[in-house]
Amino acid sequence: MPEVLTTVTMTVNGQRVARSIEPRVLLVHFLREELGLTGTHVGCDTSQCGACTVLLDGEAVKACTVLAVQAHGATVTTIEGLEGTRLHPVQEGFWAKHGLQCGFCTPGAMMTAAYLLSQNPHPSEAEIREGLDGVVCRCTGYETIVRAVQHAAALMSEVSETSGAEDVD
Amino acid sequence: MLTAPFEFRRASTVNEAADWLQQGTEVKLLAGGHSLLPLMKLRLAAPAMVVDISGIPELHGVIAHDGVVTVGAMTRHVEVVKNPLILAEAPLLSQTAAVIGDVQVRNRGTIGGSLCHADTAADLPAAVLALDAQMVVSGPDGVRKIPASEFFVAPFVTALGPQELLVAVEVPSMPSDAVSTYLKRPHPASGYPVIGVACWVGYGGATVRLAITGIGPTVFRAAEAEAYLAAHGLNSSSIGEAARLAAVHAPVEDDITGYKRQLVSVYVSRALQHTAKGKN
Ligand SMILES: Cc1cc2nc3c(=O)[nH]c(=O)nc-3n(C[C@H](O)[C@H](O)[C@H](O)COP(=O)(O)OP(=O)(O)OC[C@H]3O[C@@H](n4cnc5c(N)ncnc54)[C@H](O)[C@@H]3O)c2cc1C
Repeated sequence: MPEVLTTVTMTVNGQRVARSIEPRVLLVHFLREELGLTGTHVGCDTSQCGACTVLLDGEAVKACTVLAVQAHGATVTTIEGLEGTRLHPVQEGFWAKHGLQCGFCTPGAMMTAAYLLSQNPHPSEAEIREGLDGVVCRCTGYETIVRAVQHAAALMSEVSETSGAEDVD
Repeated sequence: MLTAPFEFRRASTVNEAADWLQQGTEVKLLAGGHSLLPLMKLRLAAPAMVVDISGIPELHGVIAHDGVVTVGAMTRHVEVVKNPLILAEAPLLSQTAAVIGDVQVRNRGTIGGSLCHADTAADLPAAVLALDAQMVVSGPDGVRKIPASEFFVAPFVTALGPQELLVAVEVPSMPSDAVSTYLKRPHPASGYPVIGVACWVGYGGATVRLAITGIGPTVFRAAEAEAYLAAHGLNSSSIGEAARLAAVHAPVEDDITGYKRQLVSVYVSRALQHTAKGKN
């Protein structure tokens, strides 16, 4: 069956992009192949491992289980867009606490962690583990990932304290 | 993995979606895509047309009126977990949605998609059955309501007609004294329930509901256990017999070793103990 191309428009890492694509193109393919943003990894490709996690309108989703056409009109943030003028606290945390070994799951782990902290700035250890349930680390380096997220949470509350923002404990 | 090629449509009204369904070609509705897309990627499903229903306003939103909470079919699991109306009126639904898959899955998957997919091992069917919910369904003959007890027909088969779609789920408000539990044993690989027990007790113990998913060919009620508990009260001495009744009468198949009945007994007992603790 000949496929009709569909136009998809979305904002990726602050930039508006438009492409004509086959409807069956997955968001992760769109990001990697159409836009060249290869930071988002394809791990299992069966919705299990979370290496492809990106933020879709601010929410963590597995980009291998979303069609690009479903993200039409949406805002997407990938690992390439996580840092602003300096590293994101989650990136600092992974650096400081050795939150990565081979690094394959790291983009997904960081995006999931950034989402967790956006929802819950002061997670308990149990909440961090539950929040990262959808990410599989093939090196099994979970302990350091949890420490990295704890470090990131501490960095974020320091920042909000020094910037005078209210810190709710 | 790429799915087979398909034509893509966005429906903006229920009628438009119903019209596409009447096309006669192999048409599939797409909600959150977290059951359909994995199947399409494995080419276990290869619809010629995919109709995205996420932009239909009538399928969104949660409202409470006259003792009923109406949950739009496109309400995502994460919204069911956090919605204040659902938390207040039908907390069992939130408790159940909270343990589906993982964070990312809950951000995309919808209540309508989960119920219509009717996976034997889905979590939400247990909650809607325990809550005596009604499925509000729209099709060529207009709108009708299907009780949860008649909705799940067989594995992956519902009472939905080929040209019907689920618009909303109507959940009767739980009484103010209700205490509820959803307890699942997640499969270590998939996270889906090997068994999931939804239960609640209310109206001073006069009403007990127990619905069990994952372990039978479809979700089922443990009616004998419910009746026993309603007659004898929920207490430490009645729980053992209720769990035994649930296990004996469970419509499980291929249980040569007795493992499934054993799981029913253990999980009903634990779910009831948890519920009894929450009861004042
Ligand atoms: C990694 C992973 C883990 C998961 N773990 C669990 C788990 O632990 N427990 C659990 O219960 N589920 C689990 N799920 C499934 C998840 O809950 C799905 O989101 C859900 O089953 C389907 O909802 P959806 O909105 O994604 O539906 P879709 O995939 O879009 O649709 C599913 C089916 O329902 C039909 N459909 C959808 N909406 C309607 C409607 N309104 N009217 C008529 N037909 C409709 C579609 O045509 C399709 O056939 C998991 C999924 C994944 C990918």
